[in-house]
Amino acid sequence: MAETATRSKPAGSGSKGRRGGTRSGGSRGQQSQGKTAPRAESPETLRDYFRQMSLIRRFEERAAQGYTQAKVGGYCHLNLGEEATVVGLMSALRRSDYLFTNYREHGYAIAKGIEPGKVMAELYGRTTGTSKGLGGSMHMFDTEVGLLGGYGIVGGQIPLATGAALAIDYRGGDEVVMCQMGDGTTNIGAFHESMNIAALWNLPVVFVVINNYLGMGTTVEMSSAESELYKRAVAYRMHGERVDGNDVVAVQEAAGRLVEHARKTGEPAMLEAVSHRMKGHSVVDPAKYRNSEDAEAAREADPVAAFREQLISADVLDEDGAAEIERAVQADVDAAVAFADDSPHPDPATLFDYTYATPVANDSRRLPADPVF
Amino acid sequence: MTEIHMPRLSDTMEEGVISTWRKQVGDKINRGDVVADIETDKAVMEMEAYDDGVLEKILIAEGETVPIGVPIGIMGDGSGAAAAAGTSGTSGGDSDGAAGGSATTAASSESGSPETASPGTAASRPAAATDSDAVPRERPKASPLARAVAREKGVDLSTVTGTGPGGRIIRVDIEAAAEATTHTESSQQSAPEPQRTESSESRQQGQDLEEIPLSNIRKVTARRLTESKQQAPHFYLTSAVDVTDLVSFRSDLNERLQASGGPKVSVNDLVVKACATALRANPSVNVSFRDEKLFQHNRVHLGVAVALDSGLVVPVIPDADRKSVSEIAAEGKEKAERARDGKLKPDEMSGSTFSVSNLGMFGIEEFSAVINPPEAAILAVGATREEVQVHDGEFVVRKMMRMTLSADHRAVDGAVGAVFMQQLTSLLQDPIRIIA
Amino acid sequence: MAVITYRQALHDTLREEMLSDENVFLIGEEIGVFEGSYKITAGLLEEFGEKRVRDTPIAEEGFVGAAVGAAMLGLRPVVELMTINFSLLALDQIVNHAAKIYGMFGGQSNAPMVLRTPGGGGQQLGATHSQNIELYYAFVPGLKVVAPSTPADARALLKASLADNDPVLFLENLALYNTKGEVPDDMPPAEIGKAGVTRTGSDITIIGYSRMATVATQVADQLGEEGISAEVIDLRSLRPLDRETLVESVRKTGCAVIAEDDWLTYGIGAEIAASISDGAFDYLDAPVRRVAAAEVPLPYAKPLERAALPSAESLNAAVRQTLDAVGHRR
Repeated sequence: MAETATRSKPAGSGSKGRRGGTRSGGSRGQQSQGKTAPRAESPETLRDYFRQMSLIRRFEERAAQGYTQAKVGGYCHLNLGEEATVVGLMSALRRSDYLFTNYREHGYAIAKGIEPGKVMAELYGRTTGTSKGLGGSMHMFDTEVGLLGGYGIVGGQIPLATGAALAIDYRGGDEVVMCQMGDGTTNIGAFHESMNIAALWNLPVVFVVINNYLGMGTTVEMSSAESELYKRAVAYRMHGERVDGNDVVAVQEAAGRLVEHARKTGEPAMLEAVSHRMKGHSVVDPAKYRNSEDAEAAREADPVAAFREQLISADVLDEDGAAEIERAVQADVDAAVAFADDSPHPDPATLFDYTYATPVANDSRRLPADPVF
Repeated sequence: MTEIHMPRLSDTMEEGVISTWRKQVGDKINRGDVVADIETDKAVMEMEAYDDGVLEKILIAEGETVPIGVPIGIMGDGSGAAAAAGTSGTSGGDSDGAAGGSATTAASSESGSPETASPGTAASRPAAATDSDAVPRERPKASPLARAVAREKGVDLSTVTGTGPGGRIIRVDIEAAAEATTHTESSQQSAPEPQRTESSESRQQGQDLEEIPLSNIRKVTARRLTESKQQAPHFYLTSAVDVTDLVSFRSDLNERLQASGGPKVSVNDLVVKACATALRANPSVNVSFRDEKLFQHNRVHLGVAVALDSGLVVPVIPDADRKSVSEIAAEGKEKAERARDGKLKPDEMSGSTFSVSNLGMFGIEEFSAVINPPEAAILAVGATREEVQVHDGEFVVRKMMRMTLSADHRAVDGAVGAVFMQQLTSLLQDPIRIIA
Repeated sequence: MAVITYRQALHDTLREEMLSDENVFLIGEEIGVFEGSYKITAGLLEEFGEKRVRDTPIAEEGFVGAAVGAAMLGLRPVVELMTINFSLLALDQIVNHAAKIYGMFGGQSNAPMVLRTPGGGGQQLGATHSQNIELYYAFVPGLKVVAPSTPADARALLKASLADNDPVLFLENLALYNTKGEVPDDMPPAEIGKAGVTRTGSDITIIGYSRMATVATQVADQLGEEGISAEVIDLRSLRPLDRETLVESVRKTGCAVIAEDDWLTYGIGAEIAASISDGAFDYLDAPVRRVAAAEVPLPYAKPLERAALPSAESLNAAVRQTLDAVGHRR
């Protein structure tokens, strides 16, 4: 099995140390580029990363606000603290590549190319939403940009993503599938069944695990016997590696490399992006299970603030330029909220429009108080 | 508070009619007192109280029919609290409930208003029974289809006896009831219109035609005899009996009995005794066919049909083969009288193994009777009259009587029935052997 | 017109569909090299190759979900689940995913796929391998569930299922695989959502599906010899349910007996009985009767297994009791 082990390539030795006992803020930025400008990226690209990260940050804050205003219903899981991961991953995909995510996907939807207004409208449950208001926060979808769904059931998206890769392979296409999931998801059967199938059949899918240390309130150590999650790929002779999820450039680089490899060879891979969840599991979670030190660390590791500071230090961006971007994204988010708020609610008469793709005889269209006959 | 329920007073009873309330609201009741007379499918029975108390409320008025177990009245301590608690939606006043103390029952006043309205509003309920209007009526148990057909045909469910499981009224019951109505009607119409529609029929019903509510006895008779005629393949054996000797024998006998203060014996009593003797000698006729099984009766119980205004009843003379003619005569007379008064107990009308029906007193020469299930045979006895007979090449005038045995061919073969008739004829023609 | 087995009808139809549509492929455990646990796919690997006939690891959730994902991109997978009992391992992918793709995303995607799987007991396979749990799927909007009882229906419904753009659970039955029947060569696809009247009659309605639909026709034929006229309805489609046909029949006969291989409490028959109450209440002359499996984990021993499962005898008895209750011939 030595061969398998060598196929596992952790992104950096430093990342392993992250699982150690100390969680003080100072020891966090293993992958940090320090004061030097990020490698390989043009200033425009870096400024755009910052713009996207800021947009997601503002968007999620407004989503939380919409939730408290009862404009947004149901569950509402936010990408706060994961902006670098989200933007880095999405920058590694082509528009024609497919993305399957879990239920924490607002940022992914935006970064994959959906108008923020459509995403907000979905949260508001309006007909202009990504899923016409039928899906909600957890179930964004857009065929045009290749977002094949946010999925509310933990791990439910993994077999689907594998199947999408099977379809690509079946037809000889050059698209790649990215399948995003949380750290807790690596313990369910569907994860292992799908990793096995993808490796066995050589399917072009990159499994991305967002490790923010917490599956709701349960830590990775409490839930996973192998807490260095990327190592789970070893069991399927699949390449696995870990990257600092707070570093947008590092994420983009690692993900881009694995996606292009999959495109060329059809080989699947697994990427673990380590970052922090800045708030609770969802909007309504006060996260009391987190100690103050841990929460402080999450705040300190704020990837948006860090990247802003980094770009200014590297003269890619000045304070005015940053402020201008922030004003622009604020306007974008305001426009998104206005769009959502102005959009129509679905007409109850359309209730049965999307139960079946092929209408058949005797399909029930009964409302609760309607008699059967 | 104690509810008084419609009691089960016969083996086949499913519902009963309140014939008379013997106690009125406010009356004190001691355990064992007769509270009401209940007409069952077989007789009018006295219902006794099981508790001491005061009759506080009458829930079911005289003349009304309710199933077994339905509350018909409420007993309490006299304060009225029981009545108030016992009936939802009504305030139990003492002024009510003296429902029709007269002999006019609700049932008899019901005629003339064919009820097609909802079963919950008995249009014909006597006005005196005010409070029972508010008491939720027990719905007759009927299948939805039966209800729909009853609505369509204008059949009042309360007049129909259910033959489905647990007495449920089913479609065939309604159809039978509707058909019976049609027959009654056409027999009463001198010139039936050639094309009568249902609506004209129901119009007709209100004017020239009135419905006679079925007594329980008639309901049961209708059901059981219909079953009999449909299920039991009848065959008939008729004999002409020379009863010249029997008639004179009877006269002699009566003279002697009268001298000793005994009751008179009728020809029919002698026929009954002769039948009992012949049955003892021919046990193959003393049988029942039921549920695809043949049963042998080891005792001989004779039913003697008695015609009443309310229908046909058949008092039973148990072990008739072991009783003397005078005992049979006395018992038959006593039971027939009580039957006319509706006082016969159910067990005095059940368990017969063979029946005799006599219409001779009406001058009927001969007729065939319908077997009274679960019996396997019945004897129909006609009138006695003088006829010219040929004896030893001479014309002689003799007293002749014709009798016809109806037998269930599932249980009794033709030859077996014929042997029975032969012996019976022989007994009647040599009457001394009847009392031997 | 040929007389072939239910198994052969499935095999031939699958082959035809694969020949006519490149996007149709088979996926499941032991369907290729082993040629299928019940040999429905015999010879197809050899003819079509591994791409079209894909053997999977023992990973129901994984491969059923993969079929859903492939279907979302426009392929038409035909999944074989070795028995319906194993479908429970893929329940999340069938119920939470396949059934939801079209509606949850506002009609932007769909999962055109067929999940073939046999149910049924009576082969002494014990409690875990003898269940009739199609109800679990018939309960779920977004899924369609069909249950052919004859070789001809198997063909017509399989064609219809493959032409349909929604996930269809295609219920087969172990006891039916070897049954024979006429299958016309140029048979059109069946109409999903329509029941069939397989015997017409006027005295009583007998309703069944899958194996019990064939038992119902046997019983009707027995009764017919005695002059009893029983109408038999084969549901064919459990979702959608053709209530109109059921109710129309009961309105005519006034009574009904339901024959089902599943358990009685909350079973398919419960829904049918409720539907009859909804649509034929005023026409009922007796309570709707259900003949269903005894409510036990099905035992292995033959006498116990036989006692637990509905049969022609038990259906016949229930039909006679119902006829008695409506005063048939009285």
